[in-house]
Amino acid sequence: MGGQQRVYNQKIRSTETLKKMFRAMELIAASRITKARERAGQAAPYTRAITRAVSAVATHSNVEHRLTSERTDTNRVAMLVVTADRGQAGAYSATVLREAERLRDVLRSEGKEVALYVTGRRGVSFYTFRGVEMVQTWTGDSDNPKVDVADDIADTLLQAFAAPADQGGVAEMHVVYTRFRSMVAQEPRVIRMLPLEVVEGVAEPGEGLLPLYEFEPGEVEVLNALLPRYIRSRIFNALLQAAASELAARQRAMRAAVDNAEDLISMYTRLKNTARQAEITQEISEIVSGADALAAS
Amino acid sequence: MPLNVEVVAPDRVLWEGEATSVSAPAAEGSMGVLAGHQPVLSVLRPGRVIVTPTQGSSVELEVDGGFFSVDHDRVTIVLDASAAAGLDSVG
Repeated sequence: MGGQQRVYNQKIRSTETLKKMFRAMELIAASRITKARERAGQAAPYTRAITRAVSAVATHSNVEHRLTSERTDTNRVAMLVVTADRGQAGAYSATVLREAERLRDVLRSEGKEVALYVTGRRGVSFYTFRGVEMVQTWTGDSDNPKVDVADDIADTLLQAFAAPADQGGVAEMHVVYTRFRSMVAQEPRVIRMLPLEVVEGVAEPGEGLLPLYEFEPGEVEVLNALLPRYIRSRIFNALLQAAASELAARQRAMRAAVDNAEDLISMYTRLKNTARQAEITQEISEIVSGADALAAS
Repeated sequence: MPLNVEVVAPDRVLWEGEATSVSAPAAEGSMGVLAGHQPVLSVLRPGRVIVTPTQGSSVELEVDGGFFSVDHDRVTIVLDASAAAGLDSVG
């Protein structure tokens, strides 16, 4: 076998191995995404209950709470960026990081100092490489977020919001994550979590009028208990959405990789055949010209 | 008319169904809820939630934080992650 043919055979074999790997990763992502969506569905009743309760308090009282009031004593703002732990997910992390960078530019142009909080190894390495300082990071389980991690993130941010200005207190908190709209559409989103805005009208329409509640022990205490839980549940929800988006992006990226591998294989097979044909033609012409030379002598 | 009860934790629904009565450790002492109870929104103290379903034996849950709401015979008990960790879904 000629040298060229051997090279093409090697390339075909290695591409086939890669294709098998991509296929396996696609299947893994596909099976995990079902689970991730189930988890998001299971978390929905909690979110609904807490949102309803918050709206109930908000509509029936005008209690001022520190989580709903603006802070003016500091220009530090917190930003939470939710990225993936691993690559192989197409532009997933890049998209959310681009959105984060845009928000950071906007905030800085408003004269604010941005305190970064990052989840996911991709985001952490992105900012480490650029020498951007991060206040706190969380890594691991980005495709399968746990409640306690979400609580930890929420508590850290709530503490920062409550801290005095000279101890790293922040006046606002923004979250950048990827919202899962469907298997084919995920979009990066920015939400301002703190101070809480538009608490009124949070309840879904069609739920009927909110009744006049009796609060125990009192409105302020109930609000004190509710709002941190509301923040935690929203952070958890953001993590769940991001996880589902990550898996969907990975599945799509791996499907594209499988298709590309197939294209490469068929291209190399064609080239290999051409090379073989060229070799045969050459051998025939050598034999013929050899025989001609012998006959002439 | 039975009560519609839902016990939820951040990551799952622990119990859901119809019940004749619910007892929960409200902020100012244990509170029993029957059908037609006035709307209440209360913080939960550590204690025991007891749900008596319309069918079957009563369900007891050890809780250490959360809140619960009652409105139009709909009872929602919302537990914290820490409180729900040791419990498995029942019923």
